Amino acid sequence: MTNVSAIQIDDLTVAYDYKPVLWDIDLSVPEGVLMAIVGPNGAGKSTLIKAILGIIKPIAGTISIYGKSYTDQRKLVAYVPQKGSVDWDFPTTALDVVMMGTYGSLGWIKRPGKNEKKAALEALEKVGMLSFKKRQISQLSGGQQQRVFLARALVQNASIYLMDEPFQGVDATTEIAIINILKELRKAGKTVVVVHHDLQTVPEYFDWVTFLNVKKIATGPVKDIFNDDNLTKTYGINYKVAVNK
Amino acid sequence: MSITDYFEQLFSDYTLRTITLGTAVLGAICGMLGSFAVLRKQSLLGDAISHAALPGIAIAFLITGAKDSNVLLLGALVSGLIGTFWIRGIITKTHLKTDTALGLILSLFFGFGMLLLTFIQKQPNANQAGLDKYLFGQAATLVVSDVIVMVIVTGVSLFTLLLFWKEFKILLFDADYTKTLGFNTRIIDILITFFIVLAIVIGLQTVGVVLMSAMLLAPAAAARQWTNSLSVMIGLAAIFGAFSGVFGTAISASQDNLSTGPVIVLVAAVFVLVSFIFSPGRGLLFREIRFRQNRRDLKLKKTLQLMYRIASTHENISHPHSIKILNDFQGFTRGTLKTMEEREWIEIEQKSWMLTSKGYREASNLFSKSTTDDTATD
Repeated sequence: MTNVSAIQIDDLTVAYDYKPVLWDIDLSVPEGVLMAIVGPNGAGKSTLIKAILGIIKPIAGTISIYGKSYTDQRKLVAYVPQKGSVDWDFPTTALDVVMMGTYGSLGWIKRPGKNEKKAALEALEKVGMLSFKKRQISQLSGGQQQRVFLARALVQNASIYLMDEPFQGVDATTEIAIINILKELRKAGKTVVVVHHDLQTVPEYFDWVTFLNVKKIATGPVKDIFNDDNLTKTYGINYKVAVNK
Repeated sequence: MSITDYFEQLFSDYTLRTITLGTAVLGAICGMLGSFAVLRKQSLLGDAISHAALPGIAIAFLITGAKDSNVLLLGALVSGLIGTFWIRGIITKTHLKTDTALGLILSLFFGFGMLLLTFIQKQPNANQAGLDKYLFGQAATLVVSDVIVMVIVTGVSLFTLLLFWKEFKILLFDADYTKTLGFNTRIIDILITFFIVLAIVIGLQTVGVVLMSAMLLAPAAAARQWTNSLSVMIGLAAIFGAFSGVFGTAISASQDNLSTGPVIVLVAAVFVLVSFIFSPGRGLLFREIRFRQNRRDLKLKKTLQLMYRIASTHENISHPHSIKILNDFQGFTRGTLKTMEEREWIEIEQKSWMLTSKGYREASNLFSKSTTDDTATD
């Protein structure tokens, strides 16, 4: 692990109307970590990711990706939104959705060609969905839809992956398949940030963790800071989690 | 004039040809752009925009004093666009929900438009008669220059659609993600909305303010039933729209006193109805048939399972058993037994049944199949 910050956030404050959702966040995500963002509902986890991606405009603070703004570095970043954020009855196929991952590098007007299709098929194969490439997306199960979203991000061939609850509503098989892919990404030197809800699996899946509840509670290696103290500070009640597993 | 007369005269009668061409082109562009409105779940936006266009028509007339349809439609375009931006403003700047914003703008603009229309009608200017045709539309007033405008607008929007196909598609599916890829979603959004407004405005003369949104939605809703591909859906919607235009015009021209706009909308509604019932993938009819087939199949398999359990207690699987012993089981009827015999799963002799080796195989596969099916679905 190097000392380079993949993502550097300083004094970030985000508010909807008057209510602050994120308050004065300073956060540095080192390159090459697999990081979980944990915190209760309404803690601003998704908002933090959306702010990094420039989907939401902060009222104060700066965010840099490898030292530059998101606009300059967007080709280095891939995003996996929450599965529920789109209408899966949209008339399109699994392959088509994955192809969308190539649109960013294509830019305006230019259409995806042979190379893009090849990359999309490879990504589908990586997530074990190649045989479903022609399937209409509403006919996929929840876990399969999540894999398609993951494949779409893989196609972007980014350095940083931001994922909003990729394990939500998926079965054990899919969860294992996804976490294995994330671990592979880390092995390849990529930085992966995941909004995560299942505290039990944090020590097993991740090497870095950020506790968030409007303010940043703590951030660092899982083995150092994933303890009852930080969990209590974040969630307000004492969580009995098997930390020493 | 009968409908066959109409189609005979279509090629010789200049007026008829103009009107038919106009309604066909109008139907096509509405179907095409209506698909976007439907997929963005902005079906009611069309209704609000068409109503919002009315004061623009009245004001354009008051300013120019002429009834040139292109000038009036330009007024409609301006006030339609103003209405659209106000709707967006209300949604983003206040806590009001989309439907409230749409309802507010629709009734506000329409009320103002009606006020202006009654004011104009009280004017001594003889030229004012006939402005109210924009309420329900009057296809008979279409002239060649109107149709040329329609064709040009359709051509331009088709060209834009093809040019920005990829951008339109990804914005429709996942707007936030589109933003992260570096696309300016505002531009794509404004482009789509502008063309929807344009399609509505050029249809006002034919179909009218009140019914215009149906022209936009009906062909798209019908087309969605037949396909799972965006391009096919848009193409089909255009075809449905064009056919609605042609048939609507034909029916209204062959009957006296039937105004064209409502007839076109009704024909489009027939497309929707037929699609909802008869489309193979999503239609009600085939869904019901599939449902019944599955239920019947399940019944068969349940009975077979019971027989399998009884038969496996004997050394000889084809040992005959009385039909009576199936009685305490709810799943069988004479019909199921007969179908099972047809599939050669069992043989029936008088009042007893025996499992065949094929039936036995089928039953033992049933178990392994049902477990693998579970893992395959999720």
